[in-house]
Amino acid sequence: MSLPEVPPADDVTTGWWDATREHRLMVQECTQCGHLQHPPRAVCTACSSMDHLELRETAGTGEVDACTVIHRAPRPDVDVPYTVARVRLTEGPLILTRLVDGDQWAIGDQVNVGWTDLPDGRALPVFH
Amino acid sequence: MTARVAIVGAAESDLGVTGKSILTLQSQAVTRALADAGLTLADVDGIATTGISRFSATQLADYFAIQPTWTDSTFAGGSAYEMMVARAAQAIQAGQATTIVISFASNQRSAKSRRLGGVHEPHIPEAQFEEPYDMLFPVSYYAMAAQQYLHKFGGTREQLAEIAVAAREWALLNPKAFRYGKGPITAEDVVTSAMISSPLTVADCCLVTDGGGAVVLTSLERARDLPRKPVEILGYGERTTNTSFTAVDDLTAPGAIGSGRDAFARAGITPADVDVLQVYDSFTITAALSVEALGFCGRGEVLGFIADGRIRPGGALPLNTSGGGLSYCHPGQYGILLLVEAVRQLRGESGDRQVEGASTAVAHGTGGILSTHATVVLGVDR
Ligand SMILES: [Zn+2]
Repeated sequence: MSLPEVPPADDVTTGWWDATREHRLMVQECTQCGHLQHPPRAVCTACSSMDHLELRETAGTGEVDACTVIHRAPRPDVDVPYTVARVRLTEGPLILTRLVDGDQWAIGDQVNVGWTDLPDGRALPVFH
Repeated sequence: MTARVAIVGAAESDLGVTGKSILTLQSQAVTRALADAGLTLADVDGIATTGISRFSATQLADYFAIQPTWTDSTFAGGSAYEMMVARAAQAIQAGQATTIVISFASNQRSAKSRRLGGVHEPHIPEAQFEEPYDMLFPVSYYAMAAQQYLHKFGGTREQLAEIAVAAREWALLNPKAFRYGKGPITAEDVVTSAMISSPLTVADCCLVTDGGGAVVLTSLERARDLPRKPVEILGYGERTTNTSFTAVDDLTAPGAIGSGRDAFARAGITPADVDVLQVYDSFTITAALSVEALGFCGRGEVLGFIADGRIRPGGALPLNTSGGGLSYCHPGQYGILLLVEAVRQLRGESGDRQVEGASTAVAHGTGGILSTHATVVLGVDR
């Protein structure tokens, strides 16, 4: 695929993107209340704390929650068709991603993380 | 007792492919709606609009040389105009304004301004965590909702296509519809059209046209002295649920469940009392989910519910009687035109598509990616 331009990480998301350089998929965990959330935020949506958010590594496994095969790309040089999905991580949070290796995916399929490396050293998590 | 509020004017701008600017179309919609109400710009002291510029209501006030005592630019996509009806009613009841115009117009087809990927705002989380996957915005979200619905409750793409088939039947009765005179379509036509984002084809997706509309609100007491039959605002409700693709757990349970419940409770009626229903049909699935979520049928039942032709002309639940965003007009934030058609039906002005004796109508808008949901219950003045 033609690689997308991913905006730079910001004050909240730097740690999450840094972990992708080592192909580790993280979710944010609140050490005050135990809540897990994705994408990373400045605040815990369960207990409102801004002081207890840490990154926790996931197993990189999950289940397809919903997916769609796209036949017209929103930018040039993207091969169609391709599959965009919501994956429910084993730890709980949903993540938007692509499913690679074919376009015959269905709700409930078990998937594992893989990585698409970006030119700046970061990587995008995809699933297969 | 709180003052009652009514819609006293309603109009469309030019529709389709106009070659006109946004502010020309806005001017058409607003002055036509005011003329319909027997009023002029000089009577207006409240403006609600969006989709013009960053300061949309301010911009429109300046353009009309008005210094309003109240404005609203709630930016919530296609449901904004149903939300504005609630805010305008409250402003009139509070005495902050007496005569409010709610309007929208777009020249998106003439200006070729619509993009498949949506609008890029690099500072929001979706720019880092969702857009890199090249989902189509908004269609891929609705596609996933459709996939979840068909998976969870059963049903076929052909059954879902009934929304588009019925919309075309209505459009064939509306000379202003973009697809007027284009003949009927079948479920087979819909499912065999070009796939965009599975399971939705191009025929499951709304039109891309220019167009706009406006409604004028004032107190019911004053409305009774104006030329048109007043259409009273009986109830309203709204929900805001998400901007991201991953915030909502169950894509088949939209915020319309809550917005509809609130609106019906405020009006003191139930879905069984509704004579004509206008819901945002950005995609076939949007309308199907809305009919179900508003309580016209049970959970998981909508595809069977509409299979008997009940949403078509002559059916028991007339739906999107203008032809909808699918076959009439879709200028982007279509919610204003839901209100215009509901008002016309309640006044008995809808010509060949008129629902006989319609006295209660519902307009339900949906914005973004099932992000915002707003329901308005309207009734003829009794
Ligand atoms: Zn917490």
